Amino acid sequence: MIKLIVSILLLTLSANNAYAGPTADGALKKGFIQCGVNSGLAGFSQPDSNGEWRGIDIDLCRTVAAALLGDAKKIRFTPLTTQQRFTALQSGEVDILSRNTTWTFTRDSSLGLNFVGINYFDGQGFMVTKKRAVKSAKQLDGATVCVQPGTTTELNLADYFRANNMKFKPVVIEKFEEVLNAYFAGRCDVFTTDVSGLVAARASRAANATDHAILPEVISKEPFGPAVRHGDDHWFDIVKWSLYAMIEGEELGLTSKNIEQQAKSANPIIQRFVGAKGEFGKMLALDNRWAYNIIKQVGNYGESFERNLTPLGLDRGLNQLWNRGGLMYAPPLR
Amino acid sequence: MAADTTGKNRTVGRMFEPRHRAVVYQALLAAAVVFTAWYFISNAVENLLARRIASGFGFLSREAGFEIGETTLLAYNASDHYFKALTIGLLNTFRVALPAIFFSSLIGMVLGLARLAPNWLLAKLASTYVEVIRNVPLVVQLFFWYAVITESLPAPAEALRPLPGVFLSNRGIAFPTLTADFRFTLDYPVLSGFNFSGGGSLSPEFAALFLGLALYTAAFIGEIVRAGILSVDRGQFEAARSLGLSGRQVMRFVILPQALRVIVPPVTSQYLNCTKNSSLAVAIGYPDLVAIANTTINQTGQAIEGIAIIMLVYLAISLAISSLMNWYNARIGLRGAKS
Repeated sequence: MIKLIVSILLLTLSANNAYAGPTADGALKKGFIQCGVNSGLAGFSQPDSNGEWRGIDIDLCRTVAAALLGDAKKIRFTPLTTQQRFTALQSGEVDILSRNTTWTFTRDSSLGLNFVGINYFDGQGFMVTKKRAVKSAKQLDGATVCVQPGTTTELNLADYFRANNMKFKPVVIEKFEEVLNAYFAGRCDVFTTDVSGLVAARASRAANATDHAILPEVISKEPFGPAVRHGDDHWFDIVKWSLYAMIEGEELGLTSKNIEQQAKSANPIIQRFVGAKGEFGKMLALDNRWAYNIIKQVGNYGESFERNLTPLGLDRGLNQLWNRGGLMYAPPLR
Repeated sequence: MAADTTGKNRTVGRMFEPRHRAVVYQALLAAAVVFTAWYFISNAVENLLARRIASGFGFLSREAGFEIGETTLLAYNASDHYFKALTIGLLNTFRVALPAIFFSSLIGMVLGLARLAPNWLLAKLASTYVEVIRNVPLVVQLFFWYAVITESLPAPAEALRPLPGVFLSNRGIAFPTLTADFRFTLDYPVLSGFNFSGGGSLSPEFAALFLGLALYTAAFIGEIVRAGILSVDRGQFEAARSLGLSGRQVMRFVILPQALRVIVPPVTSQYLNCTKNSSLAVAIGYPDLVAIANTTINQTGQAIEGIAIIMLVYLAISLAISSLMNWYNARIGLRGAKS
């Protein structure tokens, strides 16, 4: 709440800085990128035991730092709740919002921000305790459902029950940790969020993960992606192509381990990618080795996925590359 | 200061007269306030326009699309408008704040009297209560009550039955209610499917918030009551006793009427605090005005409008409570005395 008010104050205070100067210049001047992230969601954005932030949303921010500043570590994180996230981006408190945020029409068109691309394809699901012997979401009539406020989840939930002529009682708590506690304490029959979130919560928070079942129904499309403010196309391009470089890197078989080796290969596609040929960096006003730095310092999309999400028991599914049956597809770097 | 006006230049001297100076300062201050307000508002509007962020209150008549957990006072479903959702939030604020104010006054009065009681144990118990409760942040107490209710009570299927027809579970308390057809039959809650249906019920969120608010505010009111009673001159007490009034009568007819004059103004502040503190509901998921407005802000992205609504509504509630209490204060005050 306080953060929200501060953000609003910033919005009223900032002397029309929408066009005052591109975000990239600001980041170069201050020497780091300010990234808005989830305050704690295993696999996406969570500090580890050393206080180091880890997750695929974190990795995305790091790729941008690697591309722009040449160092994936030149980044600062602002943990945001679902309710603070858009205001924080609008007011300029953060440069990128990379916080498992669903790309929707309303958000893209009316919140003064642009979604850059998709770094995780998800869908909303339901988790119940196995004791209840519920096999399908269609059997949830009359259930009490724990959900976070201000999310697409909250709206999809209401839509789904309305469409299936069922009733439910929501228990709406803002903090992910608190709403999970309420579910595990038995306050709710059902916990609903994106399937990745359910899997992560079950793996990292449940006293006994096998007591909880995720129902087969996936009731919505939840494409997560980073977002930037309206009005800075240069910044938009940098973040967009940083994401695509991770995906393209995987498609080309470039990893953090082999890129040094591969950079010497004669393959012209790889030559262009690592910046040995061509002027791709210049076109984005970046160092010509921007994509090399991304892969070298952060890794390709697959590496990021395996490092952060595979340990939780999530498989690639829709997030596999397009030529291996998934949806991950980068426009050609040429 | 008089030295200023004895100078040769009388017109300049007059400018420095305190009365004139005051007018100039006040005009400057007013201009500064108006300018600052104008600066903030025009800046915000400009920024919103530049970033093409939607503004205005048009969203109030759009479909809300989310469900609300507690709609006892007014029927609501997800296809209703944001305006109605916010109204439910406001009603829920009243639904918890008014009983909390009532019970905190009762408990506070008892506490205040207990702290002054000649019984050592009673006085110590009361003072321990006051010190513990008012020195622990309210939001921590809310989490405590919420955890006690949801973690220690059983699931609906194994609900406790302290009285016939009354069920205590981690879904709250379900109790029988009179049927609406005035035949004085009772509508009993029955476990069906996931939860109890029929009868009435109070949710754990409501119970935790109500308990937390009432017990917290009571500690402060207890101290105010104690101070009020102590402010009455001891001679009054002795005089009343010597007239042959009993201890109870002394309290009822002599001490309390005088103490109330001291008690009412600070208690008004406590009532206002209690109402405003109910906005901590967000932390434990009770859908009060702030919780619904927060959701609205997030779904519509219109933070400035949402916060403005919250501020205006709380201002209106607080002004209403304080004018009511001022009226009461004037009524019990000394006749003819300056208020």
